[in-house]
Amino acid sequence: MSILVVAEHDNASIKGATLNTVAAAQKIGGDITVLVAGQGVAAAAEAASKIAGVSKVLVADNAAYAHQLAENLGLLIAEVGKSFQYVLAAATANGKNFLPRAAALLDVSQISEITEVVSADTFKRPIYAGNVIATVQSTDPIKVISVRTTGFDPVAATGGSAAIENVAFAQDAGVSTFVKEELVKSDRPELAGAKIVVSGGRGMQNGDNFKLLYALADKLGAAVGASRAAVDAGFVPNDLQVGQTGKIVAPDLYIAVGISGAIQHLAGMKDSKTIVAINKDGDAPIFQVADYGLVADLFQAVPELEKAL
Amino acid sequence: MKILVAVKRVVDYNVKVRPKSDGSGVDLANVKMAINPFCEIAVEEAIRLKEKGIATEIVAVSVGDKSSQEQIRTALALGADRGILVETSEELQPLAIAKLLKAVVDKEQPQIVILGKQSIDGDNNQTGQMLAALTGYAQGTFASQITVEGDSASVIREVDGGLQTLTLKLPLILTTDLRLNEPRYASLPNIMKAKKKQLDTFTPAELGVDAAPRVKTIKVEPPAERKAGIKVATVADLVEKLKNEAKVI
Ligand SMILES: Cc1cc2nc3c(=O)[nH]c(=O)nc-3n(C[C@H](O)[C@H](O)[C@H](O)COP(=O)(O)OP(=O)(O)OC[C@H]3O[C@@H](n4cnc5c(N)ncnc54)[C@H](O)[C@@H]3O)c2cc1C
Ligand SMILES: Nc1ncnc2c1ncn2[C@@H]1O[C@H](COP(=O)(O)O)[C@@H](O)[C@H]1O
Repeated sequence: MSILVVAEHDNASIKGATLNTVAAAQKIGGDITVLVAGQGVAAAAEAASKIAGVSKVLVADNAAYAHQLAENLGLLIAEVGKSFQYVLAAATANGKNFLPRAAALLDVSQISEITEVVSADTFKRPIYAGNVIATVQSTDPIKVISVRTTGFDPVAATGGSAAIENVAFAQDAGVSTFVKEELVKSDRPELAGAKIVVSGGRGMQNGDNFKLLYALADKLGAAVGASRAAVDAGFVPNDLQVGQTGKIVAPDLYIAVGISGAIQHLAGMKDSKTIVAINKDGDAPIFQVADYGLVADLFQAVPELEKAL
Repeated sequence: MKILVAVKRVVDYNVKVRPKSDGSGVDLANVKMAINPFCEIAVEEAIRLKEKGIATEIVAVSVGDKSSQEQIRTALALGADRGILVETSEELQPLAIAKLLKAVVDKEQPQIVILGKQSIDGDNNQTGQMLAALTGYAQGTFASQITVEGDSASVIREVDGGLQTLTLKLPLILTTDLRLNEPRYASLPNIMKAKKKQLDTFTPAELGVDAAPRVKTIKVEPPAERKAGIKVATVADLVEKLKNEAKVI
């Protein structure tokens, strides 16, 4: 089998999600090539060549790929991908944007967010907000697959020594231009890969009260997440939303504070190893998935917990 | 300009669905069906563009069996001008749906097509991107703000680290994220009026599209159950359990 993994990177370094995607590729089994597309990506390409289990790195270094515009990446991945049997990318916001575009250009379907490789053509993926797990079989000659990172333990970032090759193809579709990006800066770990996540919901009441969670998170070395309600209300930025239509996380410890536990929220966190819920309503559905539930007012419990650590 | 909006009939978001016991499919007997929430946001955005004088006509399109007419009527009641049903009782996958929508785009020549970012049943998050590929149009996915100016649009997108702004040439494909707008409710008079609005029906064969599935669902099953947890009485108990039982801190 020949497998192309499209790297998630920031030009300078390879993002952790790439390591989970390579792990999924290893489960399929075969020769793994990583495509690094961007501008000024020498450092990221170098890092990709060291990933355990990767045999080749293809580099597309061009202004057209500087901001991961889907129109341009789609053309590139379809061109490079046509000589592979599999094309994989992490199901990040970025991967979700370009991968279906490449699949349609290849005239093949995409299998979204696999969590398990059953065999070379058969995969498991959650549907209906994770209430149902479907086993699906692909008949396409090229299998385009997005990988839910929480389903696969990452491979080692080092130990490999893949050859690096340049891709000659470069094309700007000419229909889209990058204007700007407002990225939220934080010293806390990234939500997607964090070992501990502290999330707040509507019960937090306002954005200012989130500082209680930031203090707790900093004690624990945790990332901070939120429910849709907290994001919609403007307490925190959109990229903190955990759930069916936000980020999927599966940390060792997930602490849900003032979150009721709607199915859409559970979809994003119920595979966490240990779940703690702090909620003043003892009947809140979040307690059905919580290993440890504390029925309490969060404004007392959270500061107390922070002090006790 | 004309705007095409794609609406999908799905299980209402409040319903907790379960697989059938024989694993052959999801049990949808007697469950409440609705317009996919992200498609509702798409319809709302199209209406707002019409209210701003940017759009002149809104066409709502759905792919599905006859019952999808209900969701088209909902879109018409909210403010769409006419509807198109691509009628099929086959269970279609995103690539086939994108091809059918492409055929409708070829017929209708809209300047903007708005889709939801994700259907809440299949959780695919593919159709808009695929339609963009097939048409060769620019794509503004996961949009949280759309501003149309002349022959282009400025789109703010929800990305992993925050927000990204792109300028995209018309015609273009947009997919909606949750913060784009808050959809309105249909008024009773508008629901009545919607019954008289034009709704055309085509079959995939009439549109010349091969909609054969490429992916086979072998079985469906419930997710692994979590073992029942406990309630702790105090913060001190919680800390003790996390340290000594779960060993996560
Ligand atoms: C299409 C669609 C997609 C969606 N996607 C997502 C998603 O990705 N992620 C997501 O999270 N949601 C999503 N939702 C929304 C979801 O259905 C719920 O509305 C949302 O998760 C509720 O957020 P919440 O639990 O913070 O708020 P609420 O349901 O209002 O719960 C607040 C909780 O706080 C508790 N509380 C209040 N005050 C205190 C206090 N002082 N101390 C302790 N507890 C307190 C209350 O008892 C209550 O249980 C989606 C919905 C739709 C329709
Ligand atoms: N059967 C359908 N009919 C009309 N629109 C659809 C259909 N399936 C998907 N779509 C559109 O594509 C969006 C994304 O769906 P999906 O790719 O299935 O997650 C939906 O929100 C709709 O706007």
